[in-house]
Amino acid sequence: MGLRIIVTVKQVPDTHNVSGDAMKDDGTVNRAVLPTIFNPEDLNALEEALKIKEIAGGTVTCISMGPPNAVEVLKECLYRGADDVILVSDRRFAGADTLATSYALKCAIEKVGEYDLILCGRQAIDGDTAQVGPQIAEKLDINQLTCISKVVAVEDRSITVKRSVEDGYEIVKSRFPALLTITATANEPRPANAKQVMTYKNIGKEMCSSSYDESYIASDACAILNHVKEWNVEAIAADPEQCGLSGSPTKVKKIQSVVLAACESRQVANSDAGVADLIHELIEENIIG
Amino acid sequence: MDNQKNVMVFIESRNSKVAEVSLELLSAASRLAQELGSSVEAVALGHNLEEELKALGHYGCQRVYYTDDERLSHFTSVPYAKTITRIIKQYKPGVVLFGATTMGRDVAPRVASALKCGLTADCTDLQIGEHKIKEITYENTLLQIRPAFGGNIVATIVSPESVPSMATVREGVMKMNLPDPDKTVEIIQEPCVIDEDDFLTEILDIVREEKQVNLKAAQIIVSAGMGASDPETIGLAKELAKVLGGELGCSRPVVDSGILDKEHQVGQTGITVRPNLYIACGISGQIQHRAGMSEAKRIIAINKDPQAPIFALAHYGIVGDVKDVLGKMIKAYKTKA
Ligand SMILES: Cc1cc2nc3c(=O)[nH]c(=O)nc-3n(C[C@H](O)[C@H](O)[C@H](O)COP(=O)(O)OP(=O)(O)OC[C@H]3O[C@@H](n4cnc5c(N)ncnc54)[C@H](O)[C@@H]3O)c2cc1C
Repeated sequence: MGLRIIVTVKQVPDTHNVSGDAMKDDGTVNRAVLPTIFNPEDLNALEEALKIKEIAGGTVTCISMGPPNAVEVLKECLYRGADDVILVSDRRFAGADTLATSYALKCAIEKVGEYDLILCGRQAIDGDTAQVGPQIAEKLDINQLTCISKVVAVEDRSITVKRSVEDGYEIVKSRFPALLTITATANEPRPANAKQVMTYKNIGKEMCSSSYDESYIASDACAILNHVKEWNVEAIAADPEQCGLSGSPTKVKKIQSVVLAACESRQVANSDAGVADLIHELIEENIIG
Repeated sequence: MDNQKNVMVFIESRNSKVAEVSLELLSAASRLAQELGSSVEAVALGHNLEEELKALGHYGCQRVYYTDDERLSHFTSVPYAKTITRIIKQYKPGVVLFGATTMGRDVAPRVASALKCGLTADCTDLQIGEHKIKEITYENTLLQIRPAFGGNIVATIVSPESVPSMATVREGVMKMNLPDPDKTVEIIQEPCVIDEDDFLTEILDIVREEKQVNLKAAQIIVSAGMGASDPETIGLAKELAKVLGGELGCSRPVVDSGILDKEHQVGQTGITVRPNLYIACGISGQIQHRAGMSEAKRIIAINKDPQAPIFALAHYGIVGDVKDVLGKMIKAYKTKA
């Protein structure tokens, strides 16, 4: 019998491409105009799951909590070979901090049922907290191996991995079930498979009925509705009090824009003489030797 | 004494040595505890660490709850998380701080999840203040301050309704107090009450690798951003660092793009540096980057965009193409009189 693998994935704003028009006048980011992407290390987690499945057999189930739009990343999972995808979506999940997020994902994982491995990206680029994975593991009362730079071996009922730590690395082994967080160095994620893309696109055309409320899910998202399970608070039997804003102990007290204290700044001419003068000055002041 | 206000630090030890970040956190905890009128405590796990732990007193730690067991000599998630959770439940500190290291980032969220309390990652400042939620005013609450996504925005996060408030802080962010050898710490031995079944991770091998770069100790840093990330320009930045006897740093997207290793990254989620000279090459100067370098004694910014925020911070600004300017700098230094 093969392995039952669950992968958690997140849709994030593309923080690498924050362009000028994404900034509001008050200096905050206008998330609405930012392009969204598949959180990079979640792609590494998916890749690792697919590789393990290729070796050991089994199924890969991807779960994402997010707004209806997050169906986009689940589609990407299907294109790469995921067997099953689940969107955990409900207005009552909105405003969740990492604790409330991990609670909702834990409930969804319990609803999926039996599993051997849960793979998460180490962290999401919009917060870099790396908290959700370990928080899920605790709630499920299972072992965790974080910051994995390589899967060394998948044995019958256990997995051996390389963890990168500050002063080197360690090779560690855990029995199933376990939750793993995967880093970008672990693998090179595969691109979407053109055949899968065609399959799901074609199915989509047949499935898109006009009665469907398109205002809730973007029109091309309904292309794969028959493959995307959508679960709300009731579906995962979650306590609404522990979800979203009400389940989040951390609150934002205030947001301040930082006014840069203008330091005594000097413009240096971009010429041979200007640069040479600057270097000379720094040597004089013993800043450089 | 009101336990609820004590400030507790997780003492990380690697290779039977207390990590520097833990001493930095004790220094920060001392400042917080002074404001709260409370004590600085610590939770330590390991084997044969007593001698090492004595030094904690010099940094302001009054009590350390120490669990000694051979099986705890190396970090594994579940035994560490269960032990720390137990100590927190028993001694009820108001604040718990962890280093934002691989160990701290592994265990802190597990503990927070078990205690259902708030946890803020990568804080760049910690203060004490009050917070109102509806009718209730929470006094003496931990203000967890961190740059927020995008722009020049700093967010203050609080979690007053759940105790304790927990935060992680990167190494180098908090300044370490000068050790005071007259101050001592009380070491309180705690029993190890972990089931054999909880040792779920088997350690097969531990390999130590020398760090290639030591940014924290560097007095001169030449740092490359996305505007200096092509191979030729990176090469020039490296060369300038070399001729000046400094190290090469970079911004996060340079690491994310796989151009340089993470150990070069300066910033909120990288390394915090305070060198004599910081040369920012093709770096826009977003707040997460500035969080890691704004305390450099001298800053030179090279950017083709005269409006780049980095210029507001720089002592010397050079508007121009970074490749061109780096070439001039190397030439000027090599031919210095
Ligand atoms: C949770 C979180 C944590 C983060 N942590 C960090 C962190 O620790 N460290 C960090 O650095 N960032 C961090 N960031 C990212 C940060 O917000 C910025 O995106 C990043 O610092 C920008 O890097 P950059 O300045 O190199 O690139 P860009 O913002 O793309 O800037 C490139 C600059 O180069 C200039 N330029 C381009 N070409 C040339 C040329 N030929 N000559 C001269 N100048 C040129 C441009 O004018 C521009 O100013 C974090 C973000 C988040 C959301």
